[in-house]
Amino acid sequence: MTAEIVLQAFRFGFLLLLWLFIFAAFRVVRADLLGGRTGRVSSVPPRAQAGKKKGNRGPKNLFVTAGPLSGTKITLGEQAILIGRADDSTLVLTDDFASSRHARLTNRGGAWYVEDLGSTNGTYLDQQRVQGPLLVAPGQPIRIGQTVLELRS
Amino acid sequence: MAAPAAGPVKGPGTDPKQGAPGVTTPPKRRGTELVMLAFAVVITLAAQTIVDITVTGSPSPEIATFGLWFTGLWVVAHLVVRRFAPYADPLLLPCVAVLTGLGLSMIHRLDIAANALGESVSAREDAPTQLLWATVGMVLFVAVLTVVRDHRALSRLAYTIGLVGLVLLAIPAVLPSALSEVNGAKIWIRVAGFSIQPGEFAKICLVIFFAAYLVDKRDVLALASRRVLGLEVPRARDLGPVLVAWGVSILVLVFERDLGSSLLLFGIFVVMLYVATERASWLVIGVLLFAVGGTVAYQLFGHVRVRVDTWLDPFAYYPDGGGYQVVQSLFGLGTGGLFGAGLGGGRPDQVPVAKSDFIAAAIGEELGLFGLVAVVVLYLVLVERGLRTSLVVRDGFGKLLAAGLAFGVAWQVFVVLGGVTGLLPLTGLTTPFVAYGGSSLVANFGLVALLVRISDAARRPAAPPAPPAPKLGEALTEVVKP
Repeated sequence: MTAEIVLQAFRFGFLLLLWLFIFAAFRVVRADLLGGRTGRVSSVPPRAQAGKKKGNRGPKNLFVTAGPLSGTKITLGEQAILIGRADDSTLVLTDDFASSRHARLTNRGGAWYVEDLGSTNGTYLDQQRVQGPLLVAPGQPIRIGQTVLELRS
Repeated sequence: MAAPAAGPVKGPGTDPKQGAPGVTTPPKRRGTELVMLAFAVVITLAAQTIVDITVTGSPSPEIATFGLWFTGLWVVAHLVVRRFAPYADPLLLPCVAVLTGLGLSMIHRLDIAANALGESVSAREDAPTQLLWATVGMVLFVAVLTVVRDHRALSRLAYTIGLVGLVLLAIPAVLPSALSEVNGAKIWIRVAGFSIQPGEFAKICLVIFFAAYLVDKRDVLALASRRVLGLEVPRARDLGPVLVAWGVSILVLVFERDLGSSLLLFGIFVVMLYVATERASWLVIGVLLFAVGGTVAYQLFGHVRVRVDTWLDPFAYYPDGGGYQVVQSLFGLGTGGLFGAGLGGGRPDQVPVAKSDFIAAAIGEELGLFGLVAVVVLYLVLVERGLRTSLVVRDGFGKLLAAGLAFGVAWQVFVVLGGVTGLLPLTGLTTPFVAYGGSSLVANFGLVALLVRISDAARRPAAPPAPPAPKLGEALTEVVKP
């Protein structure tokens, strides 16, 4: 039969292979957590770099902090964010207190404004009912029915 | 928990100043998936070759066919995902590929052992059959991804799907035993040489139904409650669904003598109820109901009593009696030790039904604790990706469905491994993707297809709002001359 040393090499080699796969899988998980920046840790924090280049530190994410969708995060881009029960909303609420087109967040030069789209139960920015477009500061809670949203940088 | 989103986290296009709409391209990570799939195929082929060389001294000639076929399966899967779910999670498929490949290698290894013993003159080979089932599973995977383009469409069919699930679950119970009973469990449909376990498919149908139902009703279930002894106790009439789920699992236990499916269904439902309502009281109610059901079942049914007794003291029922399987499996795990006997170096065929129910014992014997833990970690990664999908996806139905499916896999692995290692009483569940068994493999491929579909929706960047329809007055008009 096959030499003992070969069998031992197989025995440990295969376990090594299996764990290498898991290691690779964890690297993918890690890359995902860090948002596509794999491996290397750059000496200059990316935030500082970005700030220098663009001089703009507008909020980057919209977080759902309370309600059924709590924990959801939407990355902000250029486009407006539609919130409501309609299927084509950016954030689809399943809340009896939300209207199908409830509110909209729009970007004007890096700042975000919240606007109520004629909802039945209203949109609240910091306890205040939103009538016209209002500037949203990062960390300010926007409440729609049971859902609370927050901008974060 | 505000976990960072998986896909569109910090793509280059997230800076508001940069680029016009449409420039935002979060990573799709299909390349990563391809590399990991190739790695998975390499691991599988290595396992097959090692088995052959260790047992017979030279690689078997079938390895080329097997390798091509197995590689082909994942190439197809990858291409379909690339085409129909380009933003899907890159780790779901590779984990499934390694688990399936490892299972195939182990079944192949047990085939050789059975033939060497001359136990079966017909030299029945189960590994090719399993490969065939994997192919059928891949067909289902492709079908689900191409037909279900948006998982939210499923929620509209939820009641139909739930009914289908219940019917599938009930068929073996009403069929005559000759057509539905194998080894005391009435969970099969046996037609023309094929045996199908409809319960495996019923599981997925019921999870879809639970998700849609709970999204509808969760406000009532979460909000209308009274506080008693520090616990939010729901109103009596809201207890209906959990009582129905409990009753169905008890009926499964009574009529099909299937401890595993009954435990699986009830566990999934209780956890989904908890995920939907964020009320820990549902978990407490679930555990209490389970305790009541378990005690009654123990008193009433002989087969449950046998399982529990052999769990409490397997050596008392060894070598004659119900403890034989568990004790042989424990001996196997002990022989394997930390690093295992090496693929092909152990005697995993000493455990009865090692190919299906006890394949984890075979893996533990040949790959040792390190190998078995690696398998558990692979499941962990799979489940983590599922739960992450559930966190990130933007609609409630998708959240609950992904959480339910992912938890179902985790719960099943826990119950099976608990049974094999003596932590829990033995149940008839199979190790997903690894164990020999067509229905389980095919159904789990369908489950992964659903997870891939939801993760695609979760990581896909929010679509830019459709351009407003041109107003009638501004629309281009054109004079058509006759």
